Amino acid sequence: MSKAVPVPPATKWLEPQVLTGAQASAHAMRQAGVEVFPVYPITPQTPIIETFSGFVADGKTDAVLLQVESEHSAMSAAVASALGGARTMTATASQGLAFMVEVIHQAAGMRAPIVMVVGNRALAAPISIHCDYSDSMLARDSGVVQIYSEDAQEAYNLTVMAPRIAEHPDVLLPVMVCMDGFTITHSAEVVSLLPDADVADFVGPYELANAMLTAGQATTRGVFTMPDHFFTLHNRMTAATETAATVYDEVARDFERRFGSYLGPVEAYRMEDAERAIVMMGAASGTVKEVIDEMRDAGERVGLVVVRLFRPFPRAALIQAIGQTPHVAVLDRASSPGTYPPLFVDAFATLLGAGDIRCYLYGIGGYDLKPQTVRSVYEELKGPRHEYIRYLGPSEED
Amino acid sequence: MASLKTLARNEEEQPRFRSGHSMCAGCGMGAAARTVLNSIPGPVVVVGTSGCFEVTATRFPFTAWGVPWIHVAFENAAALASGLEASYLALKHRGRIPDEPVTFVVFAGDGGTYDIGLQSLSGALERGHHFLYVCLDNEAYMNTGVQRSGATPFAANTQTSPVGSRGRGKQEQRKDITGIVVAHRVPYVGQCSTSHLHDLSSKVERAVAVDGPSFLNVLTSCPTGWGHTTGDSVRVARLAVETRFWPLYEVVEGHWRLTHEPAHPAPLQEWLELQKRFSHLHGSRNVDLVKEFQRQIDEEWQELKRRTAADAAWFAERAGVTA
Repeated sequence: MSKAVPVPPATKWLEPQVLTGAQASAHAMRQAGVEVFPVYPITPQTPIIETFSGFVADGKTDAVLLQVESEHSAMSAAVASALGGARTMTATASQGLAFMVEVIHQAAGMRAPIVMVVGNRALAAPISIHCDYSDSMLARDSGVVQIYSEDAQEAYNLTVMAPRIAEHPDVLLPVMVCMDGFTITHSAEVVSLLPDADVADFVGPYELANAMLTAGQATTRGVFTMPDHFFTLHNRMTAATETAATVYDEVARDFERRFGSYLGPVEAYRMEDAERAIVMMGAASGTVKEVIDEMRDAGERVGLVVVRLFRPFPRAALIQAIGQTPHVAVLDRASSPGTYPPLFVDAFATLLGAGDIRCYLYGIGGYDLKPQTVRSVYEELKGPRHEYIRYLGPSEED
Repeated sequence: MASLKTLARNEEEQPRFRSGHSMCAGCGMGAAARTVLNSIPGPVVVVGTSGCFEVTATRFPFTAWGVPWIHVAFENAAALASGLEASYLALKHRGRIPDEPVTFVVFAGDGGTYDIGLQSLSGALERGHHFLYVCLDNEAYMNTGVQRSGATPFAANTQTSPVGSRGRGKQEQRKDITGIVVAHRVPYVGQCSTSHLHDLSSKVERAVAVDGPSFLNVLTSCPTGWGHTTGDSVRVARLAVETRFWPLYEVVEGHWRLTHEPAHPAPLQEWLELQKRFSHLHGSRNVDLVKEFQRQIDEEWQELKRRTAADAAWFAERAGVTA
């Protein structure tokens, strides 16, 4: 029996540089071989398309930058372009994402593999330019794959992974790579990029079967159905969204094999023997990790589960990560007025109400999640359960 | 101008829009679409909107389309054409498709053009994509059961501008969509009717020959929405032209000319009498409405004549050069 010879990493990451999440994701799109990029500016996404416009002006990409007159048209053009046969990506945020939502549903239903980079920002009213996830939650039930980044490096890695997931023949759905507006899009961090050739090799060419412009035969796209066929076709799309969980992990494992970094569907942070855990998504999990490290040093058995893949919801991975942890606080950054917020609903249903699972809302409209607030959540988990939703925000008196 | 024989031969060689759809008897859409498509040389890709054309031609698992066709929503046809053209340019640049011209054709209704699709159309015209946008204008939201649109003519009875004890039909003058398109300085714009298919065919040939966007507004008779007999479909469309309600003209690089001038304009009443949507104007009822309707048409005609007169020399010079 021969022993498997470990394959040496073929790729060397480039020297770290200081980049914002917006810049890093623009690099990822360029390297992943975007061919058509229909866009419309909106804060805090704008630096993504500005960076990319610079690549076009400097001849660093030969992608067609299609500067349309609205996000609705950006997403519409993206569907036509992707189904036409060219690798297509777009980027948006907030109200712009809201304006796209009609077409996002159509893109999923028509099985258009589009990479969408999102700089998360609260939905008005009142107007806020700062982060929460109310924008991407609008597309939660559309069938698209949604992944949330913790920092600029993750935004880069996930954007490199995204086309492989979107374009997999068993998926063929839009993939949204979400990053917190400003906190990730605009904050300069140390980021390492991969060499262009390695990303190109990892992603591969865009090969859509029966694309409108390359198939050599007429295809009819965006048809009319009656109830005898709608449900069937809708279920096929739903099955593809479920399949994306397996494909996500395959792609993440291949990324790890080639580049040495694994970004799984969930990340369990110091969960080994945790008695109290937080479940959350996005950039604020970095703050929670800092608090955990301090509390662990003081002997407190606290941990964190970051949900990175939100759609399809990583049920098995969450169950495994939580394990026997008796006290769990789910921190949502989008509300669903009148009921429990979305991450809590999914986590609670997945964990089947086992043990003590509590619902918190934080960071709405960019309100900071401070370390002492995180500490207070872990402290509260020692005590009796609160009713319904606890708000980690300013009081009415503030 | 393609002869009828040429159009028929083209259709025989490649049926681009086939029978088996479920359009109403007497609907003008099928004849208009076939005339447009059979007049275009080379490969064609078609974009549609939500509406009658979509539901009658693409009911899953069937399709009447013999060429690639895509539809996504009601208001975004011009954006889809923009995306397809970008896709085409990207693929051609990489040598992944043959280096041959492809004509992108949009078919949209008046709702998808005058109203909900206006932003998308305006953006695509301004960006200068190479595509032909055909508005099959039947003057109301017919697929949803005849509601008024920005194209609905004055006084017309629709489900949302009903005639009643107080209601007198639509009280607003229609929008000049062709003029709006011309204001985008696109190289070719034309107004056509399903009664004049040779005129339509020759305008399509000129439209697809330009480098940039082109636009045709085709009056498309709708027996269901207009309330005429199916056998009168062509007659109603022809009378719309002959009464000057729907003049046939083209605008070449901003220069206007009539492509057909009624020698003896028919009285408006003759056209109104054929259509139930104007039954409250039949006989000598509501003469004030007829008078106002006539005033609007005269005003629109005079404006058109002013434009064509001013541009006559430009066309004459051009004819001299090409002769």
